[in-house]
Amino acid sequence: MTTIALDAPPEVTRHIGPARTMRHGLALAWRGILKIRKNPEQLADVTLMPIIFLLLFAYVFGGAIGGSIESYLPQLVPGLAVMTVMMASMTVGMNLNTDVSKGVFDRFRSMPIARPAPLIGAVLADLVRYLICMTILLVVATIMGFRFGTGFVPVVAGVGLAMLFGLCFCWVAVWLGMLIRSPGAMQGLLGMLSLPLTFGSNVFASSDTMPSWLKAWVDISPVTQVADTLRGLFVGGPVAGPLLGSFAWMAGILVVFFPLAMRAYRKRLS
Amino acid sequence: MTQAIEAEGLVKHFGQTKALDGVDLTVPTGTVVGVLGPNGAGKTTAVRILATLLRPDAGIAKVCGFDVVRDPVAVRSLIGLTGQYASVDEDLSGRENLVLIGRLLEMSKGDARARAAELLARFELTDAGDRAIKTYSGGMRRRLDLGASLVGRPRVLFLDEPTTGLDPHARNEVWQVVRGLVDDGVTVLLTTQYLEEADQLADRITVIDHGLVAAEGRADELKRKVGGQTLQVRPTAESDLLAVQRILAELTGTAPTTDLDAGMVTVPVDDPVLMSTVVRRLDTAGITADELALRLPSLDEVFLSLTGKSAQQSTVDTQKTGSLT
Repeated sequence: MTTIALDAPPEVTRHIGPARTMRHGLALAWRGILKIRKNPEQLADVTLMPIIFLLLFAYVFGGAIGGSIESYLPQLVPGLAVMTVMMASMTVGMNLNTDVSKGVFDRFRSMPIARPAPLIGAVLADLVRYLICMTILLVVATIMGFRFGTGFVPVVAGVGLAMLFGLCFCWVAVWLGMLIRSPGAMQGLLGMLSLPLTFGSNVFASSDTMPSWLKAWVDISPVTQVADTLRGLFVGGPVAGPLLGSFAWMAGILVVFFPLAMRAYRKRLS
Repeated sequence: MTQAIEAEGLVKHFGQTKALDGVDLTVPTGTVVGVLGPNGAGKTTAVRILATLLRPDAGIAKVCGFDVVRDPVAVRSLIGLTGQYASVDEDLSGRENLVLIGRLLEMSKGDARARAAELLARFELTDAGDRAIKTYSGGMRRRLDLGASLVGRPRVLFLDEPTTGLDPHARNEVWQVVRGLVDDGVTVLLTTQYLEEADQLADRITVIDHGLVAAEGRADELKRKVGGQTLQVRPTAESDLLAVQRILAELTGTAPTTDLDAGMVTVPVDDPVLMSTVVRRLDTAGITADELALRLPSLDEVFLSLTGKSAQQSTVDTQKTGSLT
């Protein structure tokens, strides 16, 4: 029998540079993407909800809220794109939580790979998830009669912005995923977090008819800001103002939750 | 002989719980050391410290000469870890898991694939290689987990309760694999609650209890430490019990104990040669026996006397079983 274990003495690695870190991150992103392919039902989880809302609000409430379906879709669809990305960005918390509780992280940590690599991999794979979810939503919306009123570049910019928003928002999920012990508890909490955020915005209805205290929040809420920007980029209208608001929110979320997430990550893994 | 693992005075407290309270451990290169202890004794904590997953509160640990706290990356490049819980991705196939690990260990795509195929073949998982891990049986999964910890050709392998929850057949499979690795020159540190497992695989055994080393030595040394052998005779006819008792008392000079329910007479002996004398005397007296055995104390009894707790599984370590009919 050939000796397998010792036929080549292992080289001793003592430090891991940034190039290696990135390679490890990419290898783990490949794993994340494989998982999306193997487990499409996990995608369905986050894609289905916005699509159900799309059908429900467009066909049932569309006429009442927006006068007609045709005039309601331009308001609804960009908002739902934000919702989709936000819900998809919650999955990373679930996935990291599962990896930690199942012991997959222990295997990674017992190997000579960079500490942040699993996080980088998870977040990179997340970008692919956002793109898939958003594409599905926009295709269904187009079938229902939604029309992009701008050009190719603004639409791509809009998709990019939504993905960037997801990338910032996912640190909330990473943070919670590292704090909370069981994946089951995670799911409920993340649902509870993302629903009020989407309904407390102008995704479904204009803030004009809301009570003043709610309107005050809805007008400045992150989902409203990003949704308004996407409306401008997808169907036309002002972009600069809401874009500024979006960036402010994204920076704010990142400044607060990225350090929290990193601290919880390091703590959970020490 | 060089030491693959050296640990001195390892201490780790979790709040009020003293998981480790000053544990010394050495594993000579190329040997298997079994760390034995009840649940919560500190076995897993010790492995996690040695595998750089946990920092000790005090004490020093070195793997192949590298300090686990100061040189964790070097240690990680030399070790393989198979945890108590299968730490592979259940959604991916066995092959994908192995390739991923190869890629993380800086192998080229081709090398990682070749290594994965090689390990799948070695662990007889080639046919199941492209199925998701979650469809694997417990034994297959554990074999794959072992394979995963071997992708990087480790010099030191940590097996944290590798057979917990496996049926006897699957356990045997894992044992075979471990023996093969040892033949290849890998140093193994194995934790287990199963005395039989330590007895079967380990060159030396360290018994840990309450975060302290309760005993250390070869299996037979530990057994001898606790007591000598016993001779057991179960006559076919219950009416012969008294006669057997008389013969054994006469031959050993000690009063045997008789268990009427089991129909068994037991007596401690210090001379193994006595066995044949007993056989002759029983034969002369016209007594037939269903069971006639000379046994060392099982590791279970060793464990019990060292830790005051019974192990999960009792093992009967029968050395010779004769039957006279």
